[in-house]
Amino acid sequence: MTAEIGPPKSANPEIVRRYARLLREHGDAFNVTDNQTAIVRMSSFASALICLQEGAEPIMQMTCRDRNRIALQSDLLGASALGVRNVLCLSGDHQTFGNQREAKNVYDIDSTQELQMFKMMRDERRILGDDELEEGPKMFLGAVENPFADPFEFRVARLAKKVSAGADFVQTQAVFDMERFERWMSAARDRGLDRKVHIIAGVVPLKSLGAANYMKKKVPGMIVPDHIIERMRKATDAKSEGIRICVEQIEHLMTIKGVHGVHIMAVNWEEKVPEIVEKANLHPRPPP
Amino acid sequence: MIVADKKPLSELFENVEGCKRILVAGCKSCVAICLVGGEKEVGLLAESLRLFSDLNSKGWEVSEYTVERQCEKEWVREMHQSVQDIDAVVSIACGVGAQTMQELYPDKRILPGLNTSNMGAPDEQGIFLEKCGGCGDCILHLTGGICPIVRCAKSLLNGPCGGSQNGKCEIDPETPCAWEQIYDSLKRLGRLDLMEKIIPPKNWIPSRSGGPRKIVRPEAVLTPEEKETKEGIN
Repeated sequence: MTAEIGPPKSANPEIVRRYARLLREHGDAFNVTDNQTAIVRMSSFASALICLQEGAEPIMQMTCRDRNRIALQSDLLGASALGVRNVLCLSGDHQTFGNQREAKNVYDIDSTQELQMFKMMRDERRILGDDELEEGPKMFLGAVENPFADPFEFRVARLAKKVSAGADFVQTQAVFDMERFERWMSAARDRGLDRKVHIIAGVVPLKSLGAANYMKKKVPGMIVPDHIIERMRKATDAKSEGIRICVEQIEHLMTIKGVHGVHIMAVNWEEKVPEIVEKANLHPRPPP
Repeated sequence: MIVADKKPLSELFENVEGCKRILVAGCKSCVAICLVGGEKEVGLLAESLRLFSDLNSKGWEVSEYTVERQCEKEWVREMHQSVQDIDAVVSIACGVGAQTMQELYPDKRILPGLNTSNMGAPDEQGIFLEKCGGCGDCILHLTGGICPIVRCAKSLLNGPCGGSQNGKCEIDPETPCAWEQIYDSLKRLGRLDLMEKIIPPKNWIPSRSGGPRKIVRPEAVLTPEEKETKEGIN
């Protein structure tokens, strides 16, 4: 059971502290996003440390958009030294989505190479170029995969690629299209990937009909089927309906063979995570 | 070919401010193909400058010259006489051409008249697409003949990101996803196995990250004696 803590557009640590305290009992670990949608926020590194101070286990997201291999390797060592134990490797949203459209992006390496590099640092105590590390980072390595992006036939192969690169766990893009997700899982099982990596299915609780439509139309690589939109449209209390849909999705996902957990992305709605987890009968969480 | 675009006239008018005698220098190569820097465009720009000058009593004297290739000294030397009494040259060649001009005529103000964009190709009439990033270490044999370095917005080397949908890139619904194109190409070629191989981190030394690049073809380099002989002939 993982959830997300979005760092604030602020230097105020209290915002992260508040979310960490609010969520820590209702999840096993929490993704701390890295300037998500290319909007400048408190860094994932700093926010992850604040989570640690509050007793919430952070998953530090590290995109390839803003850091080259020097900075990525260096930050991984630093994060490990300060007690961060999980990292999520991803390419990151393109800068043209955010509030720094004129920025020059980095993309020195991609997310698959990032995984491979981190695995080498951890398991072989070597950095790129083969220099040795006196002590390697202690990190559980995460990847992302989007079963709803194209080409669909390649999406499982890409998962396999990330597994062989070093992923210990994989979080997926939000699942709304259950049929497509099941097809993807089935193909993943056919390749035995569910036994090599912990697959954690993503969900997003919908706050309103507007949010559902926005995700359907504006978020790249997202599929929101019409029956979900319909339910949100007909609901007298859209917020409760959004929570209900999310809980049903979690219950369904947990029945799919090979799904190892659920990742709740309650963007700007973090306070609802405890309720969702409780309603899905996933609370209390087992001790680590 | 090198693809470039016109600078706004307002910017050019501002840049030539204070100059009297202006030469518009074009190039018959790439920039002529992409319709911004050939003989015809030299004429049009010169006319615009003259018109602006007349309307605003600037008193500019505008002349024109178009060479075969503005990036090669041999051709640029042709302009020698025309450049003599000039205050400024508006070069509507690519940035390479403009710099070759500056090198040959170091005392003249060379003003860029174009924004040089990329190494690309005409897609259809009037439409030019970027194709090559000049990374110095070509991997087209691994990617079905499609370059992910410039045609993927994130220069990814191991497949499409999560934003690829319906064959389009996440940054723009008009832009094709390069990795979808690579996938389709490798599928046609029966080489989908290449999609499964991890391409390791790229060596960017042969690219811009290694500093300005220099390529030497030793067999073509002249000895000091040969250079002297050549100058004698010329």
